[in-house]
Amino acid sequence: MVSQTAAYLSQYFSIFLFIILAIGFGAVTLLLSNFVQPRLDLEEKLSPYECGSEPISDARNPFPVRYYIIAMLFVIFDVEMIFIYPWAIVFDKIGFWGLFEMVMFIGLFVFGYIYAWKKGALQWE
Amino acid sequence: MTTVLFSYFAGVIVLMAVLVVASRKPVNSALSLLVMFFHVAGLFVLLNAEFIAAVQIIVYAGAILVLYLFVVMLLNLRAEESYHKQYLVGLVVGLAILIEAVLILSRSGFADRALPAAAPAPDVLSGNTEGIGRALYTTYLFPFEVASLILLVAMIGAIILAKKGMFGKEEKRSLR
Repeated sequence: MVSQTAAYLSQYFSIFLFIILAIGFGAVTLLLSNFVQPRLDLEEKLSPYECGSEPISDARNPFPVRYYIIAMLFVIFDVEMIFIYPWAIVFDKIGFWGLFEMVMFIGLFVFGYIYAWKKGALQWE
Repeated sequence: MTTVLFSYFAGVIVLMAVLVVASRKPVNSALSLLVMFFHVAGLFVLLNAEFIAAVQIIVYAGAILVLYLFVVMLLNLRAEESYHKQYLVGLVVGLAILIEAVLILSRSGFADRALPAAAPAPDVLSGNTEGIGRALYTTYLFPFEVASLILLVAMIGAIILAKKGMFGKEEKRSLR
């Protein structure tokens, strides 16, 4: 039992390595540039010059609600993708009804997609 | 080894959950939540539920968190001091719930019972995603279709609710 668990977990060693590498790359890059960079806190460097415009307000403005609806639709289509994923693995073993069900599922989503499109939820302007 | 990993994941989850409610900047809270989601996925991997671990990362860390961040930006939240006047109340209530939980667990004989065996380690080749697919698309076809209907309703509801605020003023302005 113990060796079985270890064998199961050892499949995840490459993922573990990947996570370590990803974190390490970010940390090392930031630290290295922090040590190597020249520090010149001149007034010209800190001021907006030439084509930069003077800031007129705080950078943290409220976002338009449009971003929110795009994110909302993304969540819903993401969940749809989650349902398709196990289906894609077994679709050749569950026969016609499995295919039929997925066609219905995607059909409903296409309906929702058309609805969102018609209502202009995907339009920016 | 499993115990060590479990302790690590559970510890980080608790720590991050505390940070989510305790940090002053909303964006920091959201990022703590992100770290927490990843560690919950690690817990699912320990339980041999690799598909749920993937779902955890794809849906929660990928999509839900984006939603949270957008809400933070939408509402223009700033570093807030006023959240933090309730530490005392929270401490008392939390302690009460903790004592209650410990009492219930110790009296009910839950701790004496042997732990149910974990799900069998899935095949190296197929994994349990295949099992989920088989069950979902043969035995549980009807709940699956209901789920798709619920998602459709959610999509339409989101569009209707957001559109009210989105176009109400602009349309009037363009009509004038």
